[in-house]
Amino acid sequence: MTPDQGAPSLVVDGLAFAYPDGHQALFGVDLVVERGERVALLGPNGAGKTTLVLHLNGILTGGRGRVTVAGLDVAPKHLREIRRRVGIVFQDPDDQLFMPSVRDDVAFGPANLGLRGAELDERVEQALATVRLSELADRPPHHLSFGQRRRAAVATVLAMRPEILVLDEPSSNLDPASRRELAEVLESLDVTVLMVTHDLPYAAQLCPRSVILSAGVVAADGPTPKLLADTELLAAHRLELPYGFSLDA
Amino acid sequence: MGAGHAHRLHVPGTSVVHRLGPQCKLVAAVTFVVLVVLTPPHQVWAFAGFAALLAAVATIARVPLPLVARRMVVEVPFVLFALAMPFLTPGERIEVAGVPLSVAGLWAAWNVLAKATLGVVTSILLAATTDLRMLLLGLERLRLPGLLVQIMTFMVRYSDVITDELRRMRIARTARGFEAKDVRALPVLAHSAGALFIRSYERGERVHLAMLSRGYTGRMPTVADVAAPPREWATALLLPTLAAVVTLTAWALA
Repeated sequence: MTPDQGAPSLVVDGLAFAYPDGHQALFGVDLVVERGERVALLGPNGAGKTTLVLHLNGILTGGRGRVTVAGLDVAPKHLREIRRRVGIVFQDPDDQLFMPSVRDDVAFGPANLGLRGAELDERVEQALATVRLSELADRPPHHLSFGQRRRAAVATVLAMRPEILVLDEPSSNLDPASRRELAEVLESLDVTVLMVTHDLPYAAQLCPRSVILSAGVVAADGPTPKLLADTELLAAHRLELPYGFSLDA
Repeated sequence: MGAGHAHRLHVPGTSVVHRLGPQCKLVAAVTFVVLVVLTPPHQVWAFAGFAALLAAVATIARVPLPLVARRMVVEVPFVLFALAMPFLTPGERIEVAGVPLSVAGLWAAWNVLAKATLGVVTSILLAATTDLRMLLLGLERLRLPGLLVQIMTFMVRYSDVITDELRRMRIARTARGFEAKDVRALPVLAHSAGALFIRSYERGERVHLAMLSRGYTGRMPTVADVAAPPREWATALLLPTLAAVVTLTAWALA
């Protein structure tokens, strides 16, 4: 199944969702991400960011509205293809790296897609080279530094050649050098990126466009420098630039 | 992060033993242990023969003997049990340095001690020459149910993560002045254990989500093929074959 080249990477249309316990997390989210865009999804804790992310590859379903990825509906009958197209990098790399070696872990996704042998090896090598971890391929994940593990987690989804890369709090717990290394890797990628974060400087550095999700709806959508310059808007949604930080945009 | 204790058993190397297919080594080791167990204990020479075979394997694999000796500490509970037998078993007695000991008990102790030691050394050598990942691939190759292999894989991967969490919880307790002095500390430790269990359970759920997100459908894809040529099987099975000769001779003489 080849993705529809003309369609946006991601379309979320009127998505609403309540958890089985009755807690409603999303109240009609609309979002379009064009191919090749890098978009930051900003929002305070509890805004519904994670709930939205879990809808993008069909882990959560059953609410109102619809999600399409490169023209393909997120529906049970093409979950396999959807999960190839949507690469989610979860917040804790220890959740994402579950195999005994980094190489095995990066191979897990493409192998589930049916790749074997030389083709599989090539995918793994390429993904590891992209995140600059080729020489650590045979290490067990717990022998890597936290920053290296975060990049290895990115490699595990890059190996699936996703249409859109979704990163959940990519900068959390990273020291400044690891943070910069990850940013360099992300900037070098030729893939659509949706970055969930409340690290506003990181959003400003990497994403030309930002979307604020607040109380289960999209509260603002526009160029990142413009959104981050609007102090009142940020304050209304419990977002703040770090002390002493100013945007020279 | 603590250095992976799960991997401390492995002694990296490039010997013939190291390079054999993991499934060949697993079959050889298990068969060898079964043969040892089947050997009648009264044929003391046979056990010397088995020990010589293992010594040969250790020499070829260049596994240092002091290292093997250190790891044999896991056997201590069996040793204590075996040592109690000559005192506790009823029946005919002999005097050893003025202490009456049961003859049947002495033989039983010897039986447990000799066989347990040989078994422990065999598994130490297997672990020293095969890294964990290869062992898991070998088990998979031997058609061990996939689910069991998956559970073991996760155990290997997460034992360090959980140990680390436990360590952080202990430090956090100590930092707030907690000392486990007597039974009154038990409720606190029980709460810690409970918290650790819930955290691990939740981690399990998150790992499952991450697996689903990358196309997991209930079966692990075989990412590495560890097929072994007949030559490797022949080399590995040399050990149980020689052991079988010893066992059969021992039975013939018994």
